[in-house]
Amino acid sequence: MSSNKSRVSFSWLFKMAWRDGKASGRKLILFMASIVLGIAAVVSIQSFGENLKDNIGLQSKAMMGADFKIDLDQEPTEDVLSIIDSLGGAQAREIGFTSMAAFPGKDGTKLVQVRGIEGGFPFYGELETIPEEAAQTYQQEGGALVDVTVMTQLGLTTDDSIKVGEVILPISGALRSIPGSNSFFSSVAPPAVIPYRFIEESGLVQTGSRISYDYYFTAPSGTDLERLDEVLDPQLDRLEADLDTHTSTSERLGRRYDNFGKFLNLVAFVALLLGCVGIASAINIYIKGKLRAVAVLKCLGATKRQTFMIYLLQIAGMGFLGGIIGTIAGLILQQLFPLLLEDLLPVDIQMAFKPQIILLGVLLGIFMAVLFALVPLIGTLYISPLQALRVQTNGNKKKGKAELAVLGGIFLFILLFSYWLLQDWKYSLAFVFGIVVTFSILAGIARLFMKVTRDNFPTGWGFPARQSLQNLFRPQNQTLTLVLAIGVGTFLISTLYFTKDLLLAQASLEGQNNSPNMILLDVQAGQEKEVEQTIRDSGNPVLDDIPIVTMRVQSIDGRTVNQIREDSTSGINRWVLNHEFRVTYRDALSDSEVLTSGEWVPEVEEPDLIPISVSDNFVEDALVSLGDRISFNVQGVVMNTEVRSIRTVDWSQMQPNFTIVFPKGVLESAPQFRVITTKVPNEDASAALQQELVRLFPNISILDLRQIITVVEGLLNKIAWLINFMAFFSIITGIIVLLGAVRTSKFQRIKESVLLRTLGARSNQILKILALEYFYLGALGTLSGILLSLISSQLLAWLLFDTAFVPSIFPLLVLFPAITILVIFIGLTNSISVIKSPPLEVLRKESY
Amino acid sequence: MTKILNVHNLEKSYSSGSKQLTVLHDITFDVEEKETFAIVGPSGSGKTTLLGLCAGLDRPDTGSIELCGTELSSLSEDERAVLRNQKVGFVFQDFQLLPTLTALENVAVPLELQGAKDASEAAKVLLEKVGLGGRFDHYPSQLSGGEQQRVAVARAFSNRPSILFADEPTGNLDAETGERIIELLFNLNREAGTTLVIVTHDLDLAKMTQRILRLKGGKIMETNEQQ
Repeated sequence: MSSNKSRVSFSWLFKMAWRDGKASGRKLILFMASIVLGIAAVVSIQSFGENLKDNIGLQSKAMMGADFKIDLDQEPTEDVLSIIDSLGGAQAREIGFTSMAAFPGKDGTKLVQVRGIEGGFPFYGELETIPEEAAQTYQQEGGALVDVTVMTQLGLTTDDSIKVGEVILPISGALRSIPGSNSFFSSVAPPAVIPYRFIEESGLVQTGSRISYDYYFTAPSGTDLERLDEVLDPQLDRLEADLDTHTSTSERLGRRYDNFGKFLNLVAFVALLLGCVGIASAINIYIKGKLRAVAVLKCLGATKRQTFMIYLLQIAGMGFLGGIIGTIAGLILQQLFPLLLEDLLPVDIQMAFKPQIILLGVLLGIFMAVLFALVPLIGTLYISPLQALRVQTNGNKKKGKAELAVLGGIFLFILLFSYWLLQDWKYSLAFVFGIVVTFSILAGIARLFMKVTRDNFPTGWGFPARQSLQNLFRPQNQTLTLVLAIGVGTFLISTLYFTKDLLLAQASLEGQNNSPNMILLDVQAGQEKEVEQTIRDSGNPVLDDIPIVTMRVQSIDGRTVNQIREDSTSGINRWVLNHEFRVTYRDALSDSEVLTSGEWVPEVEEPDLIPISVSDNFVEDALVSLGDRISFNVQGVVMNTEVRSIRTVDWSQMQPNFTIVFPKGVLESAPQFRVITTKVPNEDASAALQQELVRLFPNISILDLRQIITVVEGLLNKIAWLINFMAFFSIITGIIVLLGAVRTSKFQRIKESVLLRTLGARSNQILKILALEYFYLGALGTLSGILLSLISSQLLAWLLFDTAFVPSIFPLLVLFPAITILVIFIGLTNSISVIKSPPLEVLRKESY
Repeated sequence: MTKILNVHNLEKSYSSGSKQLTVLHDITFDVEEKETFAIVGPSGSGKTTLLGLCAGLDRPDTGSIELCGTELSSLSEDERAVLRNQKVGFVFQDFQLLPTLTALENVAVPLELQGAKDASEAAKVLLEKVGLGGRFDHYPSQLSGGEQQRVAVARAFSNRPSILFADEPTGNLDAETGERIIELLFNLNREAGTTLVIVTHDLDLAKMTQRILRLKGGKIMETNEQQ
């Protein structure tokens, strides 16, 4: 023998992979489609996320309108003003608050965010107005810029005027956008910009009003804003003010959208995983069909490494191609996202192609294809050349071990990939656990169904029904693959649907019959009687009249807030130290509260230590427990209190809820304002009451919860749209998986159908057998998916949303028949050739 | 004459469920260079298993096989594959052409595995020799059974093997086509000076060889010398 080494070059392996792949192209189309869709989903979301982050970074100045700002929610003290002076003085300042606005001569009032501006704000970005020049002229003219939506809604023009508190200003133009405006908040309280000098005249700056004071600065180029933040922020913190730079704000904003992006990434990842199921099932059957050829190649002298490499290269090549096509599709798709999410995004997005995302798509395509094809591919290593001689050999134990190692690799890949997306081991493990549980339950259902059907086979049924049922558990059946594919797809879609329902149910006012739907804020002491009378006169009830006293934390367990701030080891959340608490006093718990520990004290008479009740989230953030002492500064007067009880509060209830509640008998004489709630029967009654209240009490702000719910619903619908869009990927991938599974099982069915044809079976008998089989599979998969989604949604309702879950009938009524019919349709259209062509022709065509 | 195949005390069994099934028992024989040799026997007598073992497609439980001067048990699986590629040719009952390769590519594969540069040219010559000059680019599914077997014969001779194993080469063909294939096989064998080992249950075909080994129940019943 000349040499024991094979002289085959790598290029020959490529050549063989190409030759074989070329001739098998049709069989690999679905395999490729699975990769393409999975990659497209991931790439589009990833690329969009990266672009969003970049755009937020690039437009950070335009979003803030300045380089940095100092903001506070009370009038600045001398100390704050001297810091502002030390920075060369602010280039612009603003006072903002929400208030009702009326429009003389027009019906209708509106809760608006009044922004009184002085100076050249914005220094970056622009005030977009109609007409354009209004942005420059409103200051000199002493006019107002009113949100464009309000203008349209109320039919306002520049000939109209706006009444804010006591001041009436002509409308200079419609405001399309202004830096620092959040689109969601703008939907609830749209902005109305007026010159700063009219704020005092409005008479709205008074006790209890939530007012923000902003001082805007530009910095010379080269200023180290990070350093400025480090130096000044602690000083300002002590003075209950805050410094925000455009970069820190954009980072914070970026992080907020990051979470949203992570959620979408997970949805995309599920689509990708579904694609992987498609890859595994398609390749499994594909490689099974190649094993004879592998045995022949081995007879002809190919080594096991060579035969393995031929198919590995082929699959990697398909993964590469699928990765490229999927990446291109993803990059095209991402262009749609800004259109879908227009109102939710903080910036205008300029889409750019990110090289790292393109690389990710292509590499992921190769990696996924190879990883999920490895289990069947390993079969080529252990196939004996004797199989070419029709000799059956025993199984190989080594093969089992190798397959286990690959399954371990797949598990690791899913875990690492989800960690990369979520950046949190706990969530990643939970996600992977969820996937494993879902797949295991579906696989369990499929196996159980096969066993039960086999053990209780209905021998008395007619031939087509028996034959089709037998197809479900005989060798080479597709029950497991199809139930997994259909089940996971249905599970995803119906879970997304149920979750959307849960979110909407939580926000909805339906079912909360005694809940208020209109809340009157900033009712001043002495006004409440007249306000209540006005409400009653309009035929509406007064549901609550809640006194509110504002106060700040002075010390916790003897340590002042400044001492706590300076203690870097303190775990107390900063908001507790800076927040101006709106506190009420009453003698009973409200409907939205449950006492979890301690004792509820309804009333006290001049105690040294006031027993208060705090909410559980305050306990967590302020690190206090029963018996701890907290001193509050109530507008100059220090009140010493003791935590006597802890409550859980259902914050989702649409009513005024409180973190801190005092007993009766302490705060009655403190400066206070009131919140009054009512329930109006319809929109007209709501509008009439609002107009009357604004006319009589211009300082009162009115929250119309109906409007807010409409805004929230709109927002949720928008998000749901996006989720549906991502679920669409899962559905399409599910169909591809389905098509793949049906096509790969086709040869089995065809052989049998041809045999039946040869024995004299009529077309409709064969059709009936096939239709019934696909009906069983479709129905089982869909029902399993819906059942699983019911369980998962119930868990979400209990654990996350803390709400009752009433499943909607939609998935059963629409998804179940639709997907089952789809399965039957795909199954039958793939088998139609058997019925139309002569048996021998079919056998000859399909045998290669 | 030099012995090209030397089989000594060969035993082979497979497990069938919990039982051990002995397929071959105490098989000893040899084949000389350029000899034509037939292994005959009823179905299940172990003919194909014996052929597979002789070609190094599997390992015996006990005993030894020396093929082309190399003891097979001393070789790894991959080394046996290389030996097959360099010294052995195969013709199968069901042709076993690679379905995704054209006739020409099928014939060229053994040469390509050897790293030959002119594999395609040599394959063309062989295909023309078996009468399929106009069918280079046809896929197996586009060829008749007889044509497929002719491609298989061309492939078997493409690597100029020292020994050619044929497993029921006419089993899937009608009588007339089968005769033509046998004629082709013997002619090429004579031309190339190749040793031919045929497994068959067709006694007429066996009688065309120089020696016949009869198997029954995994044991050698007799070895006949032909005239």
